[in-house]
Amino acid sequence: MTELVQTEPSPAPSLGTRVEIVPIFLFAAFAAAPLLATVSGAEGYVLSLLTRVMIFGIAAMALDLILGYGALVSFGHAAFLGLGGYAVGILASHGIDDALVQVPVALAASALFALVTGAISLRTKGVYFIMITLAFGQMLYFLATSLAAYGGDDGMTLPSRSLVAGFSVLKSDFTFYWICLLCLLGTYAFSRAVVASRFGRVLRGTRDNATRMEAIGFRPFRFQLTAYVISGMMTGLAGCLLANQAEFVSPAFMTWQRSGELIFMVVLGGLGSLHGAIIGAAAFLLLEEFLPEILHAASFFLSDEVRDHLAENWKMVFGPLLILVVLFARGGIMGLLRRPRHG
Amino acid sequence: MTATLLFVQALNGLQFGLILFLIAAGLTLVFGVMDFINLAHGVQYMVGAYLVAAFSAWTGSFGWALLLALPTALAFGLLLEAIVFRHLYDRDHLDQVLATFGIILFLNQGVKFVWGAAPLSVPVPELLSGSVEIASGLLYPVYRLAIIAAGLVVAILLYGLVNHTRIGMLVRAGASNAAMVSALGVNIQRLFMVVFGFGAMLAGFAGAMVAPILSVEPGMGDNILILAFVVIVIGGIGSIRGAFLAALLIGLVDTLGRSFAPNLLRLVLDPAAASQTGRAIAPMLIYIFMAAVLFFRPSGLFPVKR
Amino acid sequence: MAEPLLELRNLRKAYGALVVTDNVSLSVTPGELHAVIGPNGAGKTTLIHQISGMLPSDTGSILFGGEDITSLPMPQRVRRGLARSFQITSILPGFSALENVALAVQARSGSSFRLFGKAAQEKNLNDPAMECLSQVGLAARAHVPAGLLSHGEKRQLELAIGLATEPKLLLLDEPLAGTGHEESLRVVETLRRLKGRLTIVLIEHDMEAVFALADRVSVLVYGRVLATDTPGRIRENPDVRAAYLGEEELV
Repeated sequence: MTELVQTEPSPAPSLGTRVEIVPIFLFAAFAAAPLLATVSGAEGYVLSLLTRVMIFGIAAMALDLILGYGALVSFGHAAFLGLGGYAVGILASHGIDDALVQVPVALAASALFALVTGAISLRTKGVYFIMITLAFGQMLYFLATSLAAYGGDDGMTLPSRSLVAGFSVLKSDFTFYWICLLCLLGTYAFSRAVVASRFGRVLRGTRDNATRMEAIGFRPFRFQLTAYVISGMMTGLAGCLLANQAEFVSPAFMTWQRSGELIFMVVLGGLGSLHGAIIGAAAFLLLEEFLPEILHAASFFLSDEVRDHLAENWKMVFGPLLILVVLFARGGIMGLLRRPRHG
Repeated sequence: MTATLLFVQALNGLQFGLILFLIAAGLTLVFGVMDFINLAHGVQYMVGAYLVAAFSAWTGSFGWALLLALPTALAFGLLLEAIVFRHLYDRDHLDQVLATFGIILFLNQGVKFVWGAAPLSVPVPELLSGSVEIASGLLYPVYRLAIIAAGLVVAILLYGLVNHTRIGMLVRAGASNAAMVSALGVNIQRLFMVVFGFGAMLAGFAGAMVAPILSVEPGMGDNILILAFVVIVIGGIGSIRGAFLAALLIGLVDTLGRSFAPNLLRLVLDPAAASQTGRAIAPMLIYIFMAAVLFFRPSGLFPVKR
Repeated sequence: MAEPLLELRNLRKAYGALVVTDNVSLSVTPGELHAVIGPNGAGKTTLIHQISGMLPSDTGSILFGGEDITSLPMPQRVRRGLARSFQITSILPGFSALENVALAVQARSGSSFRLFGKAAQEKNLNDPAMECLSQVGLAARAHVPAGLLSHGEKRQLELAIGLATEPKLLLLDEPLAGTGHEESLRVVETLRRLKGRLTIVLIEHDMEAVFALADRVSVLVYGRVLATDTPGRIRENPDVRAAYLGEEELV
């Protein structure tokens, strides 16, 4: 596990600064996108796609915080998306539709769930941890499907987006976009601070060599649990936003496949750089959105029927792509940006 | 009345538990021997079910279909091993999780590609159709009894295989100390292949057996995979005995919980609340059970000594 | 004699039928450098694991500064002033040498749940860390990633990390293992400087170093303490010669 990530700033300063350009460029692109969206004509579509990208960016980054910096492979992180989403949905269905109530409740629920399941899961190591987080995520999924009063399997539609201090500011897709960007920027800045802090240093040290950390007097469990709770709360926030974006919550928010996709996003972007996770989320969602069309276009030499069939089954390309990334592109997209191309 | 219902549900739980065992056995061996976490084990169960569906449509006989499906499932497992898994043995768990997750995405879509998204059904074999009276006035489907019997037979065979054969000895030794086994000059690569193919075949067998009583559809292996994980985590990773007991426990807790949780809660809650809470809690029971077991025994009930 | 700083009473550890340490009793007085020697497989590293808390003991007890610490986990023993180094170098390869040591400083400075502020730039962590690096002669290499240090330098870093926890007693598990001649001289020199300021339990194969440094030597054979005495008298002890030194001479 020691070779899991390379996060330490490389001694050569030129490389370090080059990587710092990436987040600046990334956020600039998100800030400029609404203008381009207006020009493109398909404004609603572009905005909603990019809003989703940012929301999943928050979730993936939250996961990166424990996966990339703590080597904790949580396979149940979608549960927190669900917790956030259902906090919004359930409160709204009881007439409490202000985000100033919903978000704190969602964060508290996520923190509590992370604290309890984390305390049990972190008593175990390695592969047990993976399976147990997976199982706890699944537990919440089944709970959601059996909540008949809140839509059960089918989920529930929100009456409207949340209010903020009584005002329906989120109604406009533009405002909602900016709020999401603000949340993304806020959680990014927060995560960057955490990673560089005393706390973050202990977390990174534990990832590299837990025994050594114990031998100098740290108890890794406490740090890992705290990181797990922080990560769970950030993902819970993403869940609140996701429910508002879709104006809908359902158990599908927290299937274990969704948890797997979150890990995929983090690894695709490159573990342990935070903005890599955002890039990974963007790459994943854009690929998911456009792969059918790409396949359709790329198979121009085949008959129309086969092309349609291929585009319909685009997921068959997605799986092998994931395997290829794992086998041949360990550093993810950030890894490719960081090191000069070979040969 | 309740006693008969209890009995029937206990049989259902036993049958479900044995199916879980067939899947968990392969998973726990693959993990125990190779330190390899294989998410794609659930799709191998699905592939077993699809194979039997396809072969029984082709031959018109469940028996022939099963006979054809088993070696095909084995071959398929070996093929996956050669193409993907082999390259992942010396990677960390995260890589294994992701790559095998990729296989799930591919195969779930793959069966849709080949057989369509609509569920397939497999007729219950003529010989085993119908029900028998197992107690006065209590009918139980013969086929489900056949699954129980098959599950028990496989469990006994597996027990003999692991405990009384050379390869079983290697597997047990490998589960507790893989380095030692390779130091003894055993071809670890081949041992891995055998264990892997065998595990895939067991999962395929489970899928084939349930095909007549469940609908065969894409994604059918996904949820049962998680249950198999719960089973091997409770049983202790690498332990066949642990997997067997935990599978039966989970099968019973899940089946009985679903049918009796609302009734039991009625003792403390009013009926409406009891039925609602009961239905919400029942599917969570096994996870709560798992959490409780792990809280007291972080390496499961039968930890394999390492 | 002064009250012992570390006292082992009848410590035992067995794996099944294999008894690794058997009824080990030992007392280490404050300020001494106590060497533990013995042939391979004598149970020396296991003993260090038991003392440091990495392995639980089957029976027996460990007293540190008069307090029974037998059932305390490793981090709490460290906080009481019982630090160790590892035989197989165990550092954080991605962190700079300075950061490796600064983490140990941070561990005893308490507040590691601070989520803000750049730890790497904290003077009150870096200065004491730098001081420890100087003591082992690694100051010039402070900013090199620990994974890129030479083997001998890594051994010195191990020592610096141990020092940074401000131990009362330092357990050193073969600090010379695998070092070249030059490097080993440097480590011995460092140990000589530390000697007296710090109580040290040293496990070492290099007899020349052991007899040059130790105040007292305990000989461990098949998990049992054969003898504890001054280096001079250990050298003369016929049992020891038969069980251990003779064997060395044959090689």
